[in-house]
Amino acid sequence: MSSRILIVAEHDGAHLNPSTAKCVSCASAIPDGEITVAVLAADAGAVASQAAALKGVSRVLTVEHPSSAHPMAAALAPQIAALAGPFTHVLGPSTTFGKDLMPRVAALLDSAQISDIMAVDGATRFRRPIYAANAIVTVEVEPGAKVVGTVRAASFQPAAAGGSAPVEKATVTAGIPAHTRFVSVSAAKSDRPDLQTASRVVSGGRALGSADAFKKTLYGLADKLHAAVGASRAAVDAGYAPNELQVGQTGKIIAPELYIAIGISGAIQHLTGIKDARTIVAINKDSEAPIFEVADVGLVGDLFQIVPELERLLG
Amino acid sequence: MKRILVGIKRVVDYNVRIRVKPDASGVITEGVKMSVNPFDEIALEEALRIKERGAAEEVVVASIGPADCQQQLRTCLAMGADRALHVQADGIVEPLVAARTLLKLTEREQPFLVILGKQAIDDDNSQTGQMLAALWQRPQATFASKVELDGERARVTREVDAGLETLEVDLPAVITTDLRLNEPRYVKLPDIMKAKKKPLETLTLAALGVEQKQRLKLTRFEPPPQRQKGIKVKDAAELIATLKSKGVL
Repeated sequence: MSSRILIVAEHDGAHLNPSTAKCVSCASAIPDGEITVAVLAADAGAVASQAAALKGVSRVLTVEHPSSAHPMAAALAPQIAALAGPFTHVLGPSTTFGKDLMPRVAALLDSAQISDIMAVDGATRFRRPIYAANAIVTVEVEPGAKVVGTVRAASFQPAAAGGSAPVEKATVTAGIPAHTRFVSVSAAKSDRPDLQTASRVVSGGRALGSADAFKKTLYGLADKLHAAVGASRAAVDAGYAPNELQVGQTGKIIAPELYIAIGISGAIQHLTGIKDARTIVAINKDSEAPIFEVADVGLVGDLFQIVPELERLLG
Repeated sequence: MKRILVGIKRVVDYNVRIRVKPDASGVITEGVKMSVNPFDEIALEEALRIKERGAAEEVVVASIGPADCQQQLRTCLAMGADRALHVQADGIVEPLVAARTLLKLTEREQPFLVILGKQAIDDDNSQTGQMLAALWQRPQATFASKVELDGERARVTREVDAGLETLEVDLPAVITTDLRLNEPRYVKLPDIMKAKKKPLETLTLAALGVEQKQRLKLTRFEPPPQRQKGIKVKDAAELIATLKSKGVL
């Protein structure tokens, strides 16, 4: 039996978030599937054409409503539930957007949800991490039930470009509640690569000692490497770095080519966030720090000497 | 009465090293330390602070699970909750079942606010709050790092991938807590004694009219793939040379 898969696109009104291309990859792993991407937006045009260009997508549905100018689960969920009828699978990314939205969709559909899909073993069988990725569980959906899930971005390569799917306007009948209102979003504008998708990440921990030292020590190296900047929970809790830089079980789960952990001891909750990195480098003065258990290359020493030296050697 | 309902889950303590059973049937939970899910402690702390500011009159804490949950409910009573509801349930309680149960409790208790942790650190699902909000047809403000109440509304700052987002929601609403919302208080010994006298009511799923349906079969548990232990280098120059030879620089 073939699968009809609906993917909920994540975007900021102008750009499709890279997490959507990862969802398409995950959906492509479902045998005999036909992939539709839904773009819910105030003005869907630009985002829809980006989604249509992803390889593996056979159709893009746009649903335009003024309330979708900023993504709010309470407004989006009833529209997605109304679209979901003919589909066997409804997938969204396991980003804060998808984590917020998809369970609300699942409940409206009277479905269970599979969070953080990391591998597809069949149309109704998936694997996902539990206990901060200290165990992997295989989950099977009962036959005939709709599969609702979020896709763990770090586990999938983005779908390639080169598709040319048709874009269709869809109309849905859904009550959009007025009880939830967007006020503001404060995002630090940065010229650095996005942490979630960067191929290199320079990340700092509590050993940096202050917000000032965090910035001074890490940002220069990150710029030299064209790397994104990340932080451990301890560094964010201490106020050295803003929350959106947090890497770990409750922050971002990332899979860069190169991850450089500087002054990070390596609590299990942090390691959860970097397990899929290709090469992990650890710089720490404590040779017993757990980060060295997972690091491919370790350097024991004073980060305040080593980091400037690295920067100098990189020219 | 202005009431806040807080949901809590009994989970394996976050310091316990998790081991998968040799027969792949589950994770070893026998004889390991159990605690209140850390995010739920933050939820309770927030509720207590709201009450201490005079914006709520009662904090009710609820847990769904086996009889042992009552230990964690007593901890919550010792932290300062006024009364506890234990919904007896053995076996797996999926998030949708938890949400349906909490929905029944909202009908019973009529809270103006339900606060839950953003995820449980055992199954890491992060679903129950959102599902409850959907079934209750009320607003949700997930991953909260700041909550301001203003009469019939709440202004909630949320930790999202892009930074911080602020939503305004009409009450009643469901809020789920992120790490930096607050730091939960420590329980003092006299409070533990006092907590023994606070009301703890036991209910059943059947009496609430909730079916303990299991829709997802968990067929196999395995340990994650281990990373190979790496090498140590002596200085910055050797580090760069090593990364170049690996082709990552």
